[in-house]
Amino acid sequence: MQEYFYLLLSEIYKILFLLVPVLVSIAMVVWLDRRVWAFVQKRRGPNVVGPFGLLQSLADALKYMFKEIIIPASSNKIIFILAPIVTMTLSLIAWAVIPFSEDFVLSDINVGILYLFAISSLAVYGIIMGGWASNSKYPFLGSIRSAAQMVSYEVSIGIIIINVLLCVGSLNLSDIVLAQEKVWFIIPLFPMFVIFFISALAETNRPPFDLPEAEAELVAGYQTEYSGMMYAMFWLGEYANILLMCSIGSILFLGGWLSPINVYPFDLIPSPVWLILKILLLFILFALVKAIVPRYRYDQLMRLGWKIFLPFSLFWVVLTAGYLLYFNLLPVI
Amino acid sequence: MKISRILKTILMVDFLSALLIAVKELFKSKKTINYPFEKGKISPRARGEHALRRYPNGEERCIGCKLCEAICPAQAITIESFERSDGSRKTTKYDIDMLKCIYCGLCEESCPVDAIVQGPNFEFATETREELYYNKEKLLANGDRWESVLAANIKADNPYR
Repeated sequence: MQEYFYLLLSEIYKILFLLVPVLVSIAMVVWLDRRVWAFVQKRRGPNVVGPFGLLQSLADALKYMFKEIIIPASSNKIIFILAPIVTMTLSLIAWAVIPFSEDFVLSDINVGILYLFAISSLAVYGIIMGGWASNSKYPFLGSIRSAAQMVSYEVSIGIIIINVLLCVGSLNLSDIVLAQEKVWFIIPLFPMFVIFFISALAETNRPPFDLPEAEAELVAGYQTEYSGMMYAMFWLGEYANILLMCSIGSILFLGGWLSPINVYPFDLIPSPVWLILKILLLFILFALVKAIVPRYRYDQLMRLGWKIFLPFSLFWVVLTAGYLLYFNLLPVI
Repeated sequence: MKISRILKTILMVDFLSALLIAVKELFKSKKTINYPFEKGKISPRARGEHALRRYPNGEERCIGCKLCEAICPAQAITIESFERSDGSRKTTKYDIDMLKCIYCGLCEESCPVDAIVQGPNFEFATETREELYYNKEKLLANGDRWESVLAANIKADNPYR
């Protein structure tokens, strides 16, 4: 009995050791996002709360906590309350398999990438539930759009992942990183990286693909009826998803925790730092894209997903497989 | 479609050049100011919060002619006056409903003695409506507080009248 208790305690400790930094970094990343956006537009961005405005997100969170939660009378209350919880939980549990270094990963499961893929597909449920349970037209339209969009881009992300897996021969995320010791996959699979990045933008409902919450047409999409902490949870989940997509991108294509320069002063830097730097780099790219690209029209979004990305990434799968087979480079397990 | 156009799309030339511009803009100096801590320049003709001015000897300028009350398009001004023992006309009541006021500046224009003016202060938001029903005391206090700025503004604006 006692040893089970200690086991549980140590697991909880490990989970907290991962989750608390992730949650804090989400707060910081929201600040970074707003700041980069403002800087591109030559504004100052949030710079009042704390040094450089770093604590702005904390102030926002505090504000959300003290706001009244309004539940619409005609909504389906249970699902309405469940939706933000589902969104946030799903975006946080995915972090369990992200390897921060050779031995620092919460659960080193053999189908890590499949797990990630499954979790990120489930994320759409939070949005659909929120939109449907609100029982109001704009949230409903927003959630329909979001569902269609996420499903269509998931397909191309799946095929891009197959590309990487062909080169690795394992679904384990640590193996995927270790397979990139010689050359990062961004070099041989560069077009796939570009498509992955764009699909990740669509998958996380970021601009230019933020049609589900297109404020000009849909008020705020599926979030319209939400207020207070429930809205903040949607918002947290969204940014957790973005960070997750950035980390998947850096694990699949940018060599995860591997250091780009293996000479003396640089190999002293602990490997999680490299992963965090790569995630940040991708995130800044996300933020820059938000600042420079106009929103897509819905039919353009669908055309891009189904008529360009899907065939192209399928073609690339055939190309990669053929190349590996012809030169007898297929990874042996 | 032309070949060059297709190539441009595939290589994302437009996107990359936009990204380059964005990165350049990232490091340029900012065009906005830290508002509550530093404020933008305000023209001497700015039409902000009202104030009633005094002569240097402390005498109220207002002579109760009611021209401002008459010209006020929003009918925000209410004046009552009486004859003082020295024969001059003074106001007993000078109320401005700041919620009705449209800040057109006609009261200032019509005033023959430069008594009612609109100062540079635009940050006088309050938490209740009642606080925005200004009376004579409030307006005179405003005048005393802003007198140096008001006088300078009237002087600066003088050549254009």
